[in-house]
Amino acid sequence: MPSDIASRPGSIRAWLHAPVPASPMQARAQQLWLKLLRLVGNPPALLGLVILLVILVMAVFAPLIATHDIYAQDLTIRLQPPSAAHILGTDELGRDVFSRIVFGARITLYIAVLTALIVAPIGLLIGTTSGYLGGWVDIVLMRVVDIFLAFPSLVLALAFVAALGPGIQNAIIAISLAAWPPIARLARAETLSIRSSDYIAAVRLQGASSLRIILSHVVPMCLPSVVVRITLNMAAIILTAAGLGFLGLGAQPPSPEWGAMLSSGREFVLTSWWIAAIPGCAILLTSLAFNLFGDGLRDILDPRHG
Amino acid sequence: MLSSWALAAGRTILSVAVTLFGLAALTFFIGRLLPLDPVAAILGDNATQAAYDAMYRQLGLDQPLWVQFLRYLRDIASLDLGTALTTGKPVVEDIARVFPATLELATVAIIIGTGLGIPLGVLAAMYRDSVVDHIVRVVGLLGYSAPTFWLGLMGLVLFYATLGWVGGPGRIDVLYEFDIEPMTGFLLLDTALRGQWEVFGNVFSHVILPASILGFSALAYISRMTRSFMIEQLVQEYVVAARVKGLSWARTVWIHAFRNIAVQVVTVVALSYAFLLEGAVLTETVFAWPGFGRYLTNTLLAGDMNAVVGCTLLIGVIFVTLNLVCDLLYRIFDPRTR
Repeated sequence: MPSDIASRPGSIRAWLHAPVPASPMQARAQQLWLKLLRLVGNPPALLGLVILLVILVMAVFAPLIATHDIYAQDLTIRLQPPSAAHILGTDELGRDVFSRIVFGARITLYIAVLTALIVAPIGLLIGTTSGYLGGWVDIVLMRVVDIFLAFPSLVLALAFVAALGPGIQNAIIAISLAAWPPIARLARAETLSIRSSDYIAAVRLQGASSLRIILSHVVPMCLPSVVVRITLNMAAIILTAAGLGFLGLGAQPPSPEWGAMLSSGREFVLTSWWIAAIPGCAILLTSLAFNLFGDGLRDILDPRHG
Repeated sequence: MLSSWALAAGRTILSVAVTLFGLAALTFFIGRLLPLDPVAAILGDNATQAAYDAMYRQLGLDQPLWVQFLRYLRDIASLDLGTALTTGKPVVEDIARVFPATLELATVAIIIGTGLGIPLGVLAAMYRDSVVDHIVRVVGLLGYSAPTFWLGLMGLVLFYATLGWVGGPGRIDVLYEFDIEPMTGFLLLDTALRGQWEVFGNVFSHVILPASILGFSALAYISRMTRSFMIEQLVQEYVVAARVKGLSWARTVWIHAFRNIAVQVVTVVALSYAFLLEGAVLTETVFAWPGFGRYLTNTLLAGDMNAVVGCTLLIGVIFVTLNLVCDLLYRIFDPRTR
């Protein structure tokens, strides 16, 4: 490798491998490059990333990839097995299953991303505040977390959906309400180990307020492990969302949400197994990809917990 | 010594009490979120204003919120969870009727999950990074990632409809339904105690598929945790010492190291037993299993808040209790925690 770099001194590769970075930007780029190399050296994580990218591309370019209108019904071609015209067959209303799966990726990613965007700040803020301030604040906040953790997340989400009414937005709210406590727990544990470090003491001596310390010195340190945890939780979130859709409490028909598609394919499963099998495969692959990628991410971002 | 025990016990009781109070508050809050009008849900749309007002008062909705909450607490304490609108019976009675079916399913599932999960986890740790380890990892990953309701459907297609190896949905074939006199509510136990082996076989053929699918997710968790506990033990010096003294690898692992992780493993098993309740909600829907999970989803879809809140509360209490039991097990069996 060194000879390779020596031979092409001006290359990006040489810049990324320079023993002494010349600028902060170069240092950051080198760090990122090293992490990328480690990711490439971890085949399962790479596989997870590739699957996730495929799903992302599917979601973004859904109108270009889909071969048929996802709502167009044609009862003359209902329940057809996979063929050249419909590569994954048709459902009970004659709609193209492949196109619906492609558009379903949008809904799944929408739920996953939105849940992460709600859960991460709430969990981080509550966890770091609780850990940093300690005392009564800590006791009260952690009790609240314990109470939420006393329910399995699907059951809690079910109860909230029952109260809020079915629908995709309500499903996201319900899943988020059930998903923030483990993040808060984790952020608190991280904060406890950071709180007593010297650099925090130094910042405090300089007169920084608690709010400033938490937001600009504690939260960034907690971020890697929270990101890893959320990636891993994404698998469970997708399963919960699909479960809600399956029970008829999440996305409503005719939405091409995978759980709802599986549910409507249920009646015909004995004669036309693909209608239920294919959305299930999509759910399994997505959740598997998040698990694989999350595991790999943990090894890279958070070596202490590896 | 005694005083520290008393202090620890007092602290545990207090924390459990606070958590239970919190459970009650949370479920009360969920019950009040409902956009539906609870009075209209009972009386229907055509009730007269007088009847409406009377029911409004009877439900205590004219009282301030904190009075309603105190009433709710009092009702819970006397095991009164209200009446389920869907069945017209007290929620407690309904739950008592459907719970044995779920408990039977979960118990068979945990037997499968533990019986396979622990040996697989230990083997994976013994032969780390070998083919066995990789297989266990893949099985575990699939257990974490696969939607149980989908596995259930596919299992029904393959093992019931195509191969005919197992019984279909439900707990028992209609043919045998009237042969059973309920004793415990656990059909396997009831039929075995009476020596009705033919019926037992039928019940077993119905329970084995949903229980295996439910047990699969437990297996994933148990084998993963067992593996990491065992790996931690196998690098300890006493393991090296045992090997140097000439003990076989299998004996060292199963007799010496396993004893040290037993408590942790029991805790994991107890926790996954609690999580099976969650899995049961979806599995029971797929298999038309007349248990707690299906009751919860049916009442949920009907907007029957008393039943939903009651079920949620019960699951919370079971969770807290199992956690407490795990905690106690740790303190009793693991001298290091004293």
